[in-house]
This record gives sequence, C-alpha cells and structure tokens, in this order.
Amino acid sequence: MINSEAKLSDKLFHDDIPQAPTRNGYGEGLVAAGKENPNVVVLCADLTESTRSLAFKEAFPERFIEAGISEQNMADVAAGLAKYGKIPFISSYATFSPGRNWEQIRTTVAYNNVPVKVGGAHAGISVGPDGGTHQALEDLAIMRALPNMTVIAPADSIEARKATLAASRTNTPVYLRFAREATPVFTTDGSPFEIGKAVVLREGKDVALIGAGPLLYNALLAAEQLAQKGIDAAVVDSHTVKPLDEETILRVAGATKRVVSVEEHQVIGGLGSALAELFAKKMPIPMEFIGVQDRFGESGEPQELLEAFGMGVGSIVQAIERVMQR
Amino acid sequence: MYLDPEKEKMLAETANTIRQDIISMLLAAKSGHSAGPLGMADVFAAFYFDILHHRPQEPEWPERDYFILSNGHICPVQYAAMARAGYFPVEELQTLRKFGSRLQGHPHRGALPGIETTSGPLGEGLGQAIGIALGLRMDGKKNWVYCMMSDGEQDEGSTWEAVLLAGREKLSNLIAVMDRNYIQIDGFTEDVMPLDPLREKYESFGWHVQEIDGHNFGEIISAVEAAKSIYGRPKLILSHNIPGKGVDFMQFDPAWHGKPPKADEAKNALEELRTLGHQITSEHQ
Repeated sequence: MINSEAKLSDKLFHDDIPQAPTRNGYGEGLVAAGKENPNVVVLCADLTESTRSLAFKEAFPERFIEAGISEQNMADVAAGLAKYGKIPFISSYATFSPGRNWEQIRTTVAYNNVPVKVGGAHAGISVGPDGGTHQALEDLAIMRALPNMTVIAPADSIEARKATLAASRTNTPVYLRFAREATPVFTTDGSPFEIGKAVVLREGKDVALIGAGPLLYNALLAAEQLAQKGIDAAVVDSHTVKPLDEETILRVAGATKRVVSVEEHQVIGGLGSALAELFAKKMPIPMEFIGVQDRFGESGEPQELLEAFGMGVGSIVQAIERVMQR
Repeated sequence: MYLDPEKEKMLAETANTIRQDIISMLLAAKSGHSAGPLGMADVFAAFYFDILHHRPQEPEWPERDYFILSNGHICPVQYAAMARAGYFPVEELQTLRKFGSRLQGHPHRGALPGIETTSGPLGEGLGQAIGIALGLRMDGKKNWVYCMMSDGEQDEGSTWEAVLLAGREKLSNLIAVMDRNYIQIDGFTEDVMPLDPLREKYESFGWHVQEIDGHNFGEIISAVEAAKSIYGRPKLILSHNIPGKGVDFMQFDPAWHGKPPKADEAKNALEELRTLGHQITSEHQ
C-alpha cells in the first residue's frame, strides 16, 4: 500500500493528476537557490529557455553567464567560479553536459572537488521526436563513475525543485538529471526529500521496484495492477543514484528478496547497475532491469518510445512476473 | 626595458637554481617533461619572485593574485619556484611523482596548498582562470588572474571556446601568458598543427597581445605592467621561449619535450647550469 509518510498527491491515480516536466523544477529550484544564496550563479550553453535557466537569468541577470554553445568551456569556467567561492550551476542537454564535457567535469570539477552543479536536461528516451542524438541514456553511468560526484535523478517537478535547492546547499559536485516531457507530479511539497535518502513510496512484501526519475510513476501503476493479482510490490524512489541509500534499500529488498530496477537509462551503468553492485556485495538476490537495453534511441512520441523500448507499465509488470518466477 | 641590475641578477640566479632543481627532480622521478619547464624557468622566476602578489606561508590569502597553470605537465618548474619562494621545503622537490608525494606528476589542487587548480589535461586552464576572473569581477575585487598556457594546447577546441568568452566579457583582470616554444610531443607545432599567426588570431578575438622574449626579465616584468594598464580587454603575453633553455643539448629539440635526463645527461646539464650561473641570457641580449 502507498506509504502515507511519502505524502504523495491526493490525485495519485486520477486521470487529472497535474503534469509538468522535471526541468521546470530545475528552473524553480534555481530561483529559490538564487534568493537564498547570493553566491549561486547559473551558466547556460545557448539553451536558456529549454533548460528553464531563463527564470534565473531574469531574476538575477548579474549572476547569469551565457556560455554560448561551448559546453566544455562552460564546465571549466564553472570550476573556476566554484574554486573562487561561487556555487555555479551549468545547464545544457545531458548529451552535451555531462556528455561532451565529461573530461572537463572529471578533471576540473570532480578531481578538483569544487561545488559545480551539473544540470542535465533532456535525459531519457522520452525526449521523443529529437531522436537518438538528443536522448541522453548514459549520463548516470558516466557521472556515477566519478569520485566526489553526487548523482540525483528526480522523479517529478516538485522533487526536482527540492533537489536543485538541496544541491545548492552542498559544497560538493552534484549531477542533476532532468527530463523534457511533462510527467505526473505525484509527490507534494510535504513529501520528504534529502540527498542520499531514498523514499519508500509504496510498501510491499513480494517484490521491490527501485527506481529513479519520472518512470517511477509507471512503477507505481504497475504495482497497482499487480495488487489486483495478489502480488504486493514495494516501490522505492532512489532519487540519489550516488551515494545509494544502502540502509533503506537493503531493508526493503531484504524483505521482498526480489528486485526490479526502473530507470530511463541504459541498463548498463545506471541505477540498476548500482543496485546490482550493492546486492552482489551485501545480499545476492534475483533482479530484473527495466531500462534501455544497450541500444540508441530514435524519433517518436514519448509514450510510444517508452512502450517500444520496454519501459511501459506492461513491461514493468512482465519484469515483476519474471523475477517472481526466479 | 630597464631593470635594476641587482634585481636582474637575483632573478637570473633564482632561475638557474630552479633549472638545477628541475634537472635533479626529473632525474629522481625517472619520468616527466624536461624542455617546457626549463624554457619557462625565467618566466616563473619573474612571477614568483617579483610579479605575484602572494604570501607563500598563506596560500589561500584572499588578496592574492591567482596563478593558474594550464599546461600542468611543466609543473616541475612551478614546484621548484614555489619551494624556492617558501611554499614548502626544498627537500620535498625530490619526491616528485613518487607514491604519497604532494608533488603529483601533474599538479593536483587537493594535494599541495598553493596549487590553485588541478591541471594536465590541456585546454582547461584558461576557462578556469576566466571563471575565477568573473567571480572576482562580480564581487568587485581587484586581484589579478594569471594563466600560464602552452602553445600546444592551442590545438584544443576548448581553448578557443575560452578565448571567445574572455573576449566577449572584456575581462580586464585576466592576463594569460603563452609559452610559445614551438614544440609539442609529436614535433614542431607548425608541423603538427600550424598555429601562427597567433597574435592576429587573439587580436581578432578581442584580446590585447604583446610579444616578448621570455628569457629577458625586463621584458617579462614590463609586459605584465603594460598588460595591467590595459582596460576593457583580456590580455595575452606571447612569450617566445626556447625549450630546454640553459641546457645546450636539450634546446630546441622536441625529443626532450616529454622525457627526463638519464644520470650522465643530468650530470652534464647540472655542470653546464652551474658554470653559467646568472649568465643565461636571451639570444637577443
């Protein structure tokens, strides 16, 4: 059953649940962070409107830096700003930042260990018609592998706003992952959010769906469907992909003994891999992986692509049924 | 340009000491780069012993000038200059590239106080220097930001992204110094990837450019003074340097870009340097 402490939306399974893209939460979080801390600065690589950095630019023009279509230099400049004492957020599409500028982030942000916050928009296959070039599906993997880097994939726009504000309060490098498409806003202002602390959205004893990002809503829908078949699925929002909340995850999975990871990312290297590493070390259990199966995306409508690439509700239900057989 | 002869002698002697340190460090490390550090010894001596507003005993002093080394592979010259300036004990120079040393093979901010940024991967220092300069400007602070970079790293696209941004921002508090020694690992720069005319390239991006003889202390110091007086543009000092300067058999030879001297070579190099004393001069003097 739904965990009341998660304080999810009253309209959780209603057709008229509000929808908003997680990138909106980034924009709102940037403004909130800018109000709270005069050292917060924002850089953007010619995608100010679509990354939602625009709101910050309008509110604090003297603290906004247009980097031009120069993601590598944007990372370097942000590292310099952070080294000096600012809290810079760099904004672009995730394929370009942290994709194209990965080595700059590795050397000047992560190894330097300065508090640059990398905001990667348009992550996931649900980017849709733009096609495979613009659908970041590897960003969690490449950021997760960096020492000193915290990695967060918020589940909806409210959680994205909280994650952005929380990131501005840490003195460490952070990667924040956002999506393009409007998705159900199923958490509320009152829902708990703390970096590194997973949220149990739904209690369950038979199988645990552990995910990150907007796809968690599909996980909740799948859990509801299975409840009618007598399978009791837990759903865990592991928004912080690194560091994992091992305590919560091991507690929930320890009770279910079966896990399905859920993410809009390559199954190689993302949250599923992180979970598999944890379970292999601490508690070997059967696991299935919902995500992109080692291939590039393509053009299409978001929902159509999610179904075609095996991330729809039906695919999650099937994965659960598979893991229940093991 | 006129430079007090006593000061010039002091700087020349210091640069020679730094060169000897470089040779002995590289010999002990058994790996590393020889030509670049030797070629920049005079520039680094001028900065650490005259130009920089800094406190070696207080590396994080908020009023300091920021000194960013972009081409981190020439760090032996920076380590030697820092040690001689009092940042850390000179004996520690012999730990270069050894396990547990603060003197990493390429400089690491987290390892050694006084190193502003981790560097080595090329084309990243200028952007970081710009970030520091922008931060200082936002806060109305007057510190100078210096960025040492190589000519080889002008091959990097990210360098030109940074050059564009500094030009647009008219960053007056940024002074870059390019080690124009015409060599890189695979050979002469103009054979590997022609760069000239660098002066015109930078000027067309909105930079103020001066060209100097990087082994002439008067020119180094006066160019920095002139750069400070230019407002409304980022400044580049194209420092024409001789790779391997001071050690006859290393000079101008790309083969010495990325390797250390062997024992007998180090002995010969040190003998030559000790004989020359403060008499290492520019070809033009």
